[in-house]
Amino acid sequence: MSKNVKVKRGLKLSFKGEAEKILEKTPLSKTYAIKPPNFHSIVPKTTVKEGEKVLAGDELFYSKYSEHTRFVSPVSGIVKEIVRGAKRKILEIRIEADKEISYKDFGSLDPLKASAEEVKSKVFSSGLGVFIKQRPYDILANAEDTPKSIYISAFNTAPIVGDLEFILKDKQAHFQTGINVLTKLTEGQVYLGVEANSNSYLKKLDHAELINVSGPHPAGNVGTLIHETEPINQGERVWTVGAEDVAIIGELFSTGKYNAERTVAVTGESAKNRKYYKTLIGAEIQSFVGEVEANSRFISGDVLTGEKVDANNYINFYDNELSVIPEGDNYRMFGWLPFKDNHVHSMSKTSLSWLFPNKKYSVNTNLNGEERALVVTGEMEEVMPLDIYPMELLKACMVGDIEKMENLGIYEVIPEDFALVDYINTSKIEAQEIIRNGLDLMITEVG
Amino acid sequence: MNWIRKKLDEVKAPFQPGEKYEKFAPAINALDTFLFVPNHTTKKGAHVRDAVDLKRTMITVVLALIPALIFGMWNTGYQHFTQLGESPGFFEAFMHGAWKIVPMIIVSYGVGLALEFAFAIMRGHEVNEGYLVTGLLIPMIMPVDIPLWMVALSVIFAVLIGKEAFGGTGMNILNPALTARAFAFFAYPTYMSGNKVWVSEASTMDGITGETILGTLAANKDVAYQTADMFTGVIPGSISETSTLCILAGALLLVLTKVGSWRIILSGFVGAAVMGLIFNALGNSVFTGNGLMNFPWYNHLVVGGLAFGIVFMATDPVSAAQTMRGKIIYGFLIGLFGIMIRVFNPAYPEGIMLAILLMNVFAPTIDYYVVQANINKRKKRLKPQTVKTA
Repeated sequence: MSKNVKVKRGLKLSFKGEAEKILEKTPLSKTYAIKPPNFHSIVPKTTVKEGEKVLAGDELFYSKYSEHTRFVSPVSGIVKEIVRGAKRKILEIRIEADKEISYKDFGSLDPLKASAEEVKSKVFSSGLGVFIKQRPYDILANAEDTPKSIYISAFNTAPIVGDLEFILKDKQAHFQTGINVLTKLTEGQVYLGVEANSNSYLKKLDHAELINVSGPHPAGNVGTLIHETEPINQGERVWTVGAEDVAIIGELFSTGKYNAERTVAVTGESAKNRKYYKTLIGAEIQSFVGEVEANSRFISGDVLTGEKVDANNYINFYDNELSVIPEGDNYRMFGWLPFKDNHVHSMSKTSLSWLFPNKKYSVNTNLNGEERALVVTGEMEEVMPLDIYPMELLKACMVGDIEKMENLGIYEVIPEDFALVDYINTSKIEAQEIIRNGLDLMITEVG
Repeated sequence: MNWIRKKLDEVKAPFQPGEKYEKFAPAINALDTFLFVPNHTTKKGAHVRDAVDLKRTMITVVLALIPALIFGMWNTGYQHFTQLGESPGFFEAFMHGAWKIVPMIIVSYGVGLALEFAFAIMRGHEVNEGYLVTGLLIPMIMPVDIPLWMVALSVIFAVLIGKEAFGGTGMNILNPALTARAFAFFAYPTYMSGNKVWVSEASTMDGITGETILGTLAANKDVAYQTADMFTGVIPGSISETSTLCILAGALLLVLTKVGSWRIILSGFVGAAVMGLIFNALGNSVFTGNGLMNFPWYNHLVVGGLAFGIVFMATDPVSAAQTMRGKIIYGFLIGLFGIMIRVFNPAYPEGIMLAILLMNVFAPTIDYYVVQANINKRKKRLKPQTVKTA
């Protein structure tokens, strides 16, 4: 069984700086870090102390209000430092890695033969629960819930991102086992979004309902897949898992090892060695990024939704991409004139760039204007494939009108669904931040 | 460029945070951002952004207004000289018009921008670009001989009461330019209607009457102009509203660049045509009808402020309906009511200004029902689940 989803509204963005499809295994990073702020709205309670020895898979901390979810070490080594910020908030737990990784043995389990309770218990006790996110709210899944369905997207439509099919090509067996695991966690379907026009091996997998997706970004977003198949209603829970994380889940069930392998695509014009690097979750950026141009921004994640990180820091937990693009802190004389500076991409027809849809554009971090009142209408709708009114929802979030937010579909969206709104909107508002704040308000007020 | 940039940075120095003139930063920033797209970078969210900003959007509207403005300047001179029995050259006619209209533009921008700057400084936000369009629209929809102080007062009313009282750009309910015209119309009616205000200097000379086609029809007199004259715009009227051809040239730019909503423009003309057809049919069958009722529907589309209103006023994104479906309903009703008011209002044979202002007020209601339909769809989806749980 499979479904076809053809997305019409959205925007295909072609930027320079794609990664070459070459996979390099990098030497181990000296240190690794797990950053609690990567997991939205958790309150970490550490279970290790500085100087303590840990194995890959040993617990580092848990969430104060959801003790079922364990956060484990991606490598074996010594807990080198627990970095704290204001009010002693834990920002990072750094582990100095052993030269050879030793793994905690969780024991193997065939998910198809095991009971749902056994599978669920193993997922959450071994730290794999961290890979499962819940919608609404884009927070970690609660082990006590049974979701309506589980969604995985193996088709990334964002600009200059890693090709998930390429990333997963050596992990097919584990990926299949991962899907088998997930089928035990829901009474509904496990959906897998794949590119409609490809002949991918991913289409031959068992136990997953395929969604053949085509269209411009955000066609590949999980939010789009959910909306097109089984939109989320008030009170429902849907879980989502990253494609590569499904393989990690599968590998633990097959081998008993928590192998936190992460294939990071280094993209963006400022990075000179744009390839795919096989490393581990939480690796030091410098261990794989290679040579980059001066005055560049490091983004853990893609250029639309990623987080700005320091070059000497660590890749974020869920990211399998590091984008390095030039900082755009330069002036452009009369750059606001219509049909001038067409080298800067625009969806708006006030730039001639719309005449060249296949041209790859250089991008930098310039805001290309200043924040203004919300004036222009209709542009957000052009890039929003979901059947919601984006401007009205944003305004409801801005004023914190919970009833309106519910009515306008806040349960169906997470910030990444508004990334293109951030990109195209004339008033330069921060749509993703507004949605995140709206979701946080919902968590506080509705739960 | 570097030299200008350096100079500008020097000038800006005392306006920086913590410096002497920090409070007036919005004023100097407006100049800076006029010359240069700033070096501001993204902080989070999407790290890359589209090239479009509000300045570019607004300037596109200003560009779309240029054909109608140039034609208006020429037509002002042409109407003046031909009524005097003279045959002016293009340059002579244009200069006469420019001499009348440029001061109005200067007053409109001068007064309006001064207020915008004052509010930006007072409220501590940057100067929004909306007034770039409003400031040009206001003189373009005025009678040519309106005193400059009346233009200034209209601008003050529009900015203060029409916009800032609601919270500023993006928050206004009514179209600011039309608010200015409505103010002038109700405050100084003798300067805004009658048969002596539509041709330059007509009120000072006995020989000239500047009756508009709609005024003639309202008085049940015969119209001396052909449809082609009405379409090209060589007729008396407000400064830039006469040439449907030039207005459509502007509309083409607005629609192609997607700055103006084609939905509003198209449905506006369709609404007007439908009402025109209804009146034509009624005039020919049920009633004897007045001159305006029997005026062919296609002529209704090319005279008066209808085209200008639909293309440049109704499409104002802030005061218009904001949903896609809402825009179609909104535009259609503007066209419909525009012609209805035009035909039924004997005191003022033009209806588009009042129709747009009326629909400005109803735009949020239209949007409410359009959005409500979406909400209902979501609620319906919820029903089966609620039943299941119960």
